[in-house]
Amino acid sequence: MSSQQDELKETDTEARFEFKKEEKSAFQTEKGLTEETVRVISEDKDEPEWMLERRLRALEQFQEMPMPTDWPGQPDLSEVDVDEIIPYIRPDVDVRAGVDDWTELPDEIKDTFDKLGIPEAEKNALSGVGAQYESEVVYQNMQERWEEKGVIFCNMDEAVQEHEELVREHFMTKCVPPSDNKFAALHGAIWSGGSFVYVPENTTVDMPVQAYFRMNSEGMGQFEHTLIIAEEGSEVHYIEGCSAPKYSAFNLHSGGVEVFVGEDAHVQYSTVQNWSKNTYNLNTKRAIAEKGGRMEWISGSMGSKATMLYPSTILKGRGASDNHITIAFAGEGQDIDTGAKVYHNAPNTKSTVESKSIAKDGGRTNYRGLIHIADGAENSSTAVECDALMFDNESTSDTMPYMEINESKVDVAHEATVGKIGDEDIFYLQSRGLDDDDAKQMIVSGFIEPITEELPIEYAVELNRLVELEMEGSLG
Amino acid sequence: MATLEINDLHARVAEEDGERILRGVDLTVESGDIHALMGPNGSGKSTLAKVIAGHPAYEVTGGEVLLHLDEEDVADIDAELDDEDYHWELLELEPNERAALGIFLGFQYPAEIEGVTMTNFLRQALNAKADEREELFEDEDEESAEADDDEGYETSPMEGPADDGEIGVAEFQEILSEKMELLDMDEKFMQRYLNAGFSGGEKKQNEVLQAAMLEPAVAVLDEIDSGLDIDRLQDVSKGINALRDEQGTGVLQITHYQRILDYVEPDHVHVMLDGEVVKSGGAELAEKLEDKGYDWVREDAFETA
Repeated sequence: MSSQQDELKETDTEARFEFKKEEKSAFQTEKGLTEETVRVISEDKDEPEWMLERRLRALEQFQEMPMPTDWPGQPDLSEVDVDEIIPYIRPDVDVRAGVDDWTELPDEIKDTFDKLGIPEAEKNALSGVGAQYESEVVYQNMQERWEEKGVIFCNMDEAVQEHEELVREHFMTKCVPPSDNKFAALHGAIWSGGSFVYVPENTTVDMPVQAYFRMNSEGMGQFEHTLIIAEEGSEVHYIEGCSAPKYSAFNLHSGGVEVFVGEDAHVQYSTVQNWSKNTYNLNTKRAIAEKGGRMEWISGSMGSKATMLYPSTILKGRGASDNHITIAFAGEGQDIDTGAKVYHNAPNTKSTVESKSIAKDGGRTNYRGLIHIADGAENSSTAVECDALMFDNESTSDTMPYMEINESKVDVAHEATVGKIGDEDIFYLQSRGLDDDDAKQMIVSGFIEPITEELPIEYAVELNRLVELEMEGSLG
Repeated sequence: MATLEINDLHARVAEEDGERILRGVDLTVESGDIHALMGPNGSGKSTLAKVIAGHPAYEVTGGEVLLHLDEEDVADIDAELDDEDYHWELLELEPNERAALGIFLGFQYPAEIEGVTMTNFLRQALNAKADEREELFEDEDEESAEADDDEGYETSPMEGPADDGEIGVAEFQEILSEKMELLDMDEKFMQRYLNAGFSGGEKKQNEVLQAAMLEPAVAVLDEIDSGLDIDRLQDVSKGINALRDEQGTGVLQITHYQRILDYVEPDHVHVMLDGEVVKSGGAELAEKLEDKGYDWVREDAFETA
């Protein structure tokens, strides 16, 4: 690291999130995406034949599918050129499946995570942490008492080797098949890293399980896969955080998340993402909830040039329920297109969606949601609430709440508000001694409070800090 | 002992061809005194309150709003002070700077801020006020030294900025409990969001509570009595009297009704008409207004004009 960056780090708060490390990788694929690339990735990981076959099939589907361009008001993806992305980079770590002792990590990687506060967070409250530096999970740890109960938390590559049957049954088969969309297909071909979580029947993981992802190489995509299986009557809270530094070449992030919520199980998936302003963040996240199962998605989408993210839940069993809480923040040049999809495929199912978005300096946020209630899903109910806050007249905020209701005995509610940050509210706080910036910040932090109150304290603090950083320089 | 001195104040709505509302207001409020400002709707009372606090919707077209302080008012300041530090032209300052110097505005319609608990809000407000006071009163040399220190955080972003000797949680809680008890407010208020879903009466109690916490030199209370039932009116009145008796706050109370003046006895009563203070007197003036309305004041004002 140069002394200039060192100095920057000391003086500039933003640099703490944007600092960039020298690239030092043991292995790097050639630029461009070919069958050969996919074979190299699979071989390097020493994967079983079936996984290679799935990758190749996904690649074929990716190549056949056209780029999505026909969604009304969708972000411009014309700059996304997959051939320009180095799909796979493994950091220079001896142990393929990661190390489980913090002290074994290379200093510069340790330094990166130290700045992000990962070890402190773990020491204090978290039951397991998997930190992904570039494409490989380099640090894994799991508190012993969960291991004794049969809870598995490991990196996805390791799971392919160690828990082959579970992975083979659930990996991009029933939940997110590669055929779902072009970027899911891309993900299926070149996925690398991510987390695998398995919670046995009637087991409660009462502290959050977390992973932190970070892209740190120029021109690199990140395609981590997360697979969560919660068996009958179990309960788990999984947290994923993302923070990427700034780069000149563009980045593509295309992650995949699959969640299986067993009968009467309860899964909460929380994410705080802060991608650099040149990242295209195009993800596919989906959960299937069995009878009486409960799925909760909590997402904070910060950063990125464009984000398209619509976590979806299929309420498959009677009485299953879903809760979505999302927050999006778009600044100058950003197009954050997020939302929620819920399929009510059984009677007595219930969903609630709460979306909050903030747009400033010409940024755009869009809530794009779909609620589908199947014929026969009687006594189901859904409530969707979207609130948008704008800082100025240059910013835009749209709401596209699609509803497909094929059953008459249902309860459907939808509310949307769009407002500019109130001058009277700002003046009120100023008259109590807060300056203009602090007043706006207080209003925004209150606006997103429904999200932060759901997060463990470390993440709530970080989300607030990220929002603060986003707002700095734009105010006054 | 602080004095708020308003001289020949003119103001209009801050837009093209904005209506002229204040047409030469003269008024002086000393700390420890209670003033009632009365007058019919549209006479400019609320506008005066907002202009004193620095509301951006109004443009001042003439006159001055001065705040004079004495040693007692700056007892918390370590820096060496010169004469300038005791005399301020509020019209040159931002609303938050005016607040830091000791001006408080109790709103007729307080803003509702979702997601911000009373506790959070009050602590931040107290800390902001203390920080701003330091900045307003410090020497110019110190100011630049301070600015250098401000950059970067000593701690990791996960922990947020380092605590720079702000008011402690325990101390804060203690002060707060005391003030709330005085106002007969339930401690549950502290975890509620600022004014969100508060009844009209609760909002007004909350305005007085904030004044009690921020300990202003002069509190301008805009129709603090509107929408209060008799029990709340008594609680709020008790709070206002305590501002004066315990903190020596000067109170400028804007009201339509004699009713609150039975509980908060004014030392001075002023009548505003058409953007000017046209008559001043003692408590008996308010009673006369209650009996006879404003017409006779208008006639008097015309005659003397």
